Amino acid sequence: MLYFSKWKAFAILAVSAIICLMAVPSLLSPAAYDSLPSFLQRKIVLGLDLQGGSYIVLQVDAQSVRKIRLEHLRDDARRVLRDAKIGYTGLAIQGDAVQVRIRDGQDVDAALTQLRALAQPLGGPMSTSGQLDTDVARDGNTISLTPTAAGIQSRTIQAVSQSIEIIRKRIDQLGTTEPSIQRQGADRIQVQVPGLQDPSRLKALLGQTAQLTFRLVDNTMSPQQALQGRAPAGTEVLYSQDNPPVPYLIEQRVLVAGEDLTDAQPSFDPTTREPVVTFRFNTNGARRFAEATQANVGRPFAIILDNHVISAPVIREPILGGSGQISGNFTVQQANDLAILLRAGALPVPLQVVEERTVGPGLGADSIRAGLIASIVGATLVALFMIATYGLFGLIANIAVAINVGMIFGVLAMLGATLTLPGIAGVVLTVGIAVDSNVLIYERIREEARAGRSAISAIDAGFSRALATILDSNITTFIAAAVLFYVGSGPVRGFAITFGIGILTTVFTAFTLTRLMVALWVRWQRPQRVPI
Amino acid sequence: MRLLRIVPDDTTFDFIRFRRISFPISALLSIVALVAFFTLGLNFGIDFKGGTLLEVRYANNTLNIADVRSRLESLDLGEVQIQEIGSEGEVLIRVAQQPGGEQAQQAVVGKVRAALGDGVEYRRVEVVGPRVSQELLSYGIVGLMMAVFCILVYLWFRFEWQFALGASIANFHDIVLTIGFMAIFQIDFDLTSVAALLTILGYSLNDTIVIYDRIREMLRRYKKMPTEELLNASINSTLSRSVITHVTVTLALLALVLFGGRAIHSFSVTMMFGVVLVGTYTSIFIASPLLIYLGVSTRAMAEKAEKEAKSPNAKAERLAP
Repeated sequence: MLYFSKWKAFAILAVSAIICLMAVPSLLSPAAYDSLPSFLQRKIVLGLDLQGGSYIVLQVDAQSVRKIRLEHLRDDARRVLRDAKIGYTGLAIQGDAVQVRIRDGQDVDAALTQLRALAQPLGGPMSTSGQLDTDVARDGNTISLTPTAAGIQSRTIQAVSQSIEIIRKRIDQLGTTEPSIQRQGADRIQVQVPGLQDPSRLKALLGQTAQLTFRLVDNTMSPQQALQGRAPAGTEVLYSQDNPPVPYLIEQRVLVAGEDLTDAQPSFDPTTREPVVTFRFNTNGARRFAEATQANVGRPFAIILDNHVISAPVIREPILGGSGQISGNFTVQQANDLAILLRAGALPVPLQVVEERTVGPGLGADSIRAGLIASIVGATLVALFMIATYGLFGLIANIAVAINVGMIFGVLAMLGATLTLPGIAGVVLTVGIAVDSNVLIYERIREEARAGRSAISAIDAGFSRALATILDSNITTFIAAAVLFYVGSGPVRGFAITFGIGILTTVFTAFTLTRLMVALWVRWQRPQRVPI
Repeated sequence: MRLLRIVPDDTTFDFIRFRRISFPISALLSIVALVAFFTLGLNFGIDFKGGTLLEVRYANNTLNIADVRSRLESLDLGEVQIQEIGSEGEVLIRVAQQPGGEQAQQAVVGKVRAALGDGVEYRRVEVVGPRVSQELLSYGIVGLMMAVFCILVYLWFRFEWQFALGASIANFHDIVLTIGFMAIFQIDFDLTSVAALLTILGYSLNDTIVIYDRIREMLRRYKKMPTEELLNASINSTLSRSVITHVTVTLALLALVLFGGRAIHSFSVTMMFGVVLVGTYTSIFIASPLLIYLGVSTRAMAEKAEKEAKSPNAKAERLAP
């Protein structure tokens, strides 16, 4: 137990030193860190609770995915039946299905063939599973199209992926460093923006679908009349964002949609000096906008964002250049954010904020300071106690524990793991437990010596017997830490990471470093008597 | 230098006889804990209950709690708790979950901000919607149960089943008492508390394993010793280690409680209770005596060893590591 070959001793010291050194890049200034070669650019990420920032969890609502899918199915069914010249009535969304009645019984088979083609194979066109995302069923002359649960699920997952892209584009515009946007489970997106002071702005940016449409205002009746239930077919009443909101009667037909925008920038109106957003269409959008404005000079059209009327200017002359501006009593920041939203594009579905945690930078700094003080005080107390109890061997234990802590941070850096406040608690607790390994060894040595063994034999036996116990007790504790990591989220996980790593490094140092240091001392001193 | 000796060599306390007192005490405490849990209930934080938490700071003694209270009460948000914390004009505001789903929770922050006006630093804002809080709670419970189960299986493989069962009962005892402690003192029960509970579990187990390891070793070595005497000898021979380790862990935790800051205060206090009081007590006074009732005895071990000696795989069991 006490013999180490030169190579083994060297390997132990080298591994410990290298792992400890991995922690060093995390301590460097950003400039020094950037100058490191890339394989050394690994550092511990500070959790938002330590550096301040916003954490938001957004959820894609399966219900809205279903609603949008049903609307598309309805529109597709209408197009398909029209193209095939099949007469139908009552095409509408009924509960979880789109239903349509075919006028002529002889056409039903043809209609079924046409409508069946709307169902997409799950997992894309190359999939061989044979499952479809839509059930098409016939009941007499009525055909119903029902999205399947699996179909909705795969669309939800797709919506999450698309949303992540859009969110990334939007957040990149905020200019904060290292935002993290991750999928969480099947239908959630976790967004972490370090250092962001104002979460309401983040929520405003993410909470909007940013579906921009240009549509005509219906002037055939007043919005009030329409609200009393006489709205003409193909129109709806939408409100402005003023206080109180002003109703407008708007045609459902979309002249041009946000997809056709190529650019949007905040600027100032040259005459009124108000903040506005200028935009530019692509060729398709420009052509359609030109046609629509040519045909409707003198009528107002509405610029609508997520079912809110932003402004409703009157078309004074055809707009042919493919660009225009949106004005709407914006503040500079609102104009800026609207431009960001338009540039990044619309979310495929609305997202709901289901969890939000923001820590101000002041509190984060306070927490770091508190954690640091607690660690230093705890470590000092433990170190003094160990030296008082075991003398030189206590010092050896302290060195092993100090290297142990260095290794925890080194491993954290290698993994690129996040250090949180509960994580610091985990380190402090590891110090307590790492000390236990040494206590187990030393107490065992004392026992063996008391049982009448010679010093060297007692030390040797003490190690070999204690190490079995250390392994047993630490494996059980590690299981608890692993379960914590697996089921935990947020603070629990932060704690489990450092605690779990701490247990591993503790076992490593107990088996190697403490033993090596004691062995070196034994070889040097040739003790006749156990010194503890 | 004279070294510190807290526990003298060769102690011979009769820990096992103490079970006639410790078992009733533990039974009583467990009942008290369960009664507290069912009557007082746990003080669920917003992680599990949903709702909104804001920590705000008023600079330069401009904090006026009555004013804050009246401003927030005018918002008509249902249950609002306002708590002054620290000494630097900091207030913790908790708003209960609002009826009306996810969006209604989000609106709370805006309303509170508007009501409090300018000149306030928002140090922490947390909003947990109803869906997430439900999930977090069920994950927390599942996590605890999974951990206990995994540990049980590991111990069953590593030791005999009596040890696995004894450790599990002891663990359960610790969790019940700690939850009772949290219910009686109404310590915030949130995600961090689940972490604390699991750590207590792991730590108490760690402690129990050390003593169990020794019991197993002595069972193999002293085949003729009466069981009670053997258990006592095992506990006494590891006593010095138990005490020294608990002093160091207590020192580390004490630093967390005193200097770790408020953000982990409930975590630290719970850990202190669980690790220092329950963990140590359990491994010595509950987990070890339990083995008598679970049928661990020197005679049983001797029989087992004899049987194994006859079988061809006798080498599988090593006597001393």
